[in-house]
Amino acid sequence: MEMRAYIIRRLLLLFIVLFGVSILVFGILSLFSPEQRASVFITDVKQLRDIQGIIKKYGLDAPIQVQYYNWMKALFRGDLGWSKTAQRPALEALFHFLPNTLELALFSAPLIVLVGIWLGSVSAVHQDKVIDHTTRTLAIIGWSLPTFWFGLMLLMIFYGYFRGFLPPETLSMKASLYVKSAEFARYTRINTIDALLNGQLWIFLDALRHLILPVITLTVVQCALVMRIMRSSMLEVLGRGYITTARAKGADENRVVKKHARRNALIPVITVSGWLVASLVHGVVITETIFSRKGLGWWWARAAIQLDIPAVLCAVLFNGVLFVVTNLVVDLLYVYIDPRVRLR
Amino acid sequence: MKTLKSKLASWDELKKSLKPRVEELKFSLHRIKRSPLSLVGLSLILLFAAVAILAPQLAPPKHPYEPYNIPRYGYSAEPRPPSAEHIFGTTEGQYDVYYGVIWGTRTAFRIGFMVVGATFLIGLVLGSIAGYYGGLFDEVIMRVVDIFMSIPTLILAMALVTALGHSLDNVMKALIIVGWPIYARLIRGDILRVREEDYVSAARAVGCSSPLIIIKHVLPNSIYPMVIMASLDVGAVVLVAAALSFLGLGAPVGYADWGQMVSFARNWIVGPPQSPLAYWHTITIPGLFMLFFVLGWNLLGDAFRDILDPRLRRR
Repeated sequence: MEMRAYIIRRLLLLFIVLFGVSILVFGILSLFSPEQRASVFITDVKQLRDIQGIIKKYGLDAPIQVQYYNWMKALFRGDLGWSKTAQRPALEALFHFLPNTLELALFSAPLIVLVGIWLGSVSAVHQDKVIDHTTRTLAIIGWSLPTFWFGLMLLMIFYGYFRGFLPPETLSMKASLYVKSAEFARYTRINTIDALLNGQLWIFLDALRHLILPVITLTVVQCALVMRIMRSSMLEVLGRGYITTARAKGADENRVVKKHARRNALIPVITVSGWLVASLVHGVVITETIFSRKGLGWWWARAAIQLDIPAVLCAVLFNGVLFVVTNLVVDLLYVYIDPRVRLR
Repeated sequence: MKTLKSKLASWDELKKSLKPRVEELKFSLHRIKRSPLSLVGLSLILLFAAVAILAPQLAPPKHPYEPYNIPRYGYSAEPRPPSAEHIFGTTEGQYDVYYGVIWGTRTAFRIGFMVVGATFLIGLVLGSIAGYYGGLFDEVIMRVVDIFMSIPTLILAMALVTALGHSLDNVMKALIIVGWPIYARLIRGDILRVREEDYVSAARAVGCSSPLIIIKHVLPNSIYPMVIMASLDVGAVVLVAAALSFLGLGAPVGYADWGQMVSFARNWIVGPPQSPLAYWHTITIPGLFMLFFVLGWNLLGDAFRDILDPRLRRR
């Protein structure tokens, strides 16, 4: 019963925050002048002559609450406006670009989390030893690296110096022609997965070759955060009474670290996963731009430069929803992972 | 004679009252000296500060009234390698790399200090109000914080810069709008904790006004986490601003800004077939300046945390 009340309260809060996010997005929208907002509806140069007419027609000079109401109505119809950078409606563009981004996240997120957790716990177990100092120093350097610079340096070495060994973009010319042909069935529109489903190993390897540099770029910069949190939480757990008890009982050290300490130390890492998603989004925007992978981040970055209002608002809205949902999942996960939350 | 004696006595008293603070300071300095990483951080920042201050001497501007515009030496697109005349070479459009990175240091400091200073102050004021008064203030301010924090910094800043117009000033404005909530949340939490302490109740019982209690008793005991955060934030803010400049949303073309200098290099990643690393200088040099600047602040922030956090210090 207690549990159900908690979930209901949490869902109610979700709507409040989402409402707030919609106000924020609308606030950003109203920073643009009516003329700029009218430009979204212009498809033909001739319409420029009657820009005041467009403003009247779409009510862009109406009182703010009326505009908000109209905007929300369009939003619920799934009408986010026309994105000129993507040359399609913004909502459709979102699903068009999602697979490439999903692919990047699919390969880098597990790596970030696993490497971060592993390095963090190794560092904590060997506190103040050489390995601890080395990983901590590397983590702080990784954390200070400008993502866009690091990616370009990797490109300079592995694409320039090693003659196109690890190229940018998503697929080579040959592979991308084959992927677009009728012989290749697109199930998920994620290149690597579709290649495997079609049984085309060479396309899988081709896509993988294009993935290596972006994944390294993302992982090196992001896993420093996980490592840091894991290390401090592991240090705290290792000082607890039940660890001493386990050792006193004669459990071997490997077991104590793996079964007793590491599992409990994971909880703070789960807490910051919302934060991780946010920093991953940051990384994705930069990485996709550098490696010209046509995904969500690439689209948003171009949209921001070309004043593509619907696409920019779509980015804010999408990330707001993503973050709120991630935090909801984390909070619900907590209930299962941490018995103390359940009892409260 | 008598007055001198009383003066001396009060001097002694002052010395006595200051003694614990001096001891603390000595201890902190001792800690800094003992930790090599924080020394590295401190010297990096001092080095960059020296570069920023001495910029007019290190790289005399061609046009004294607009020192932040990087001088051009010709208009050909292809970057030229380092030479005696241009020790770091030139980048796309013949902008002098050396001049750009030297004056870019000033830009970096300006972005870091202005953005962190403003976010710190706004966060401090709003967070203190929310934490100390509670009730409706708290509810409203913290919900606004929640909403702002539910969108990744870069995305929200990108959207704001798009709406405000592409320029360095607007990048700073956007980063301030995006950055304050985290400070507000931090200080509120600390104030909630400190507010219940006995010495605050005592001050209230004596009849101190609320603003006085906040400033004299609550803030000094809850401000350290914010100071640590601020020093870590300088590096982070400079990184985001550089990323925005790199994407083409920040400084105007030719402005001394590290992020933009890296974006100049974007078309010159791969050199001609016979020497693929021909243009290494256009990307490596501004990038290294950026890396060391951010690294300096992060090392310093880490050291601050170990030094200022009383739970970590004497172990």
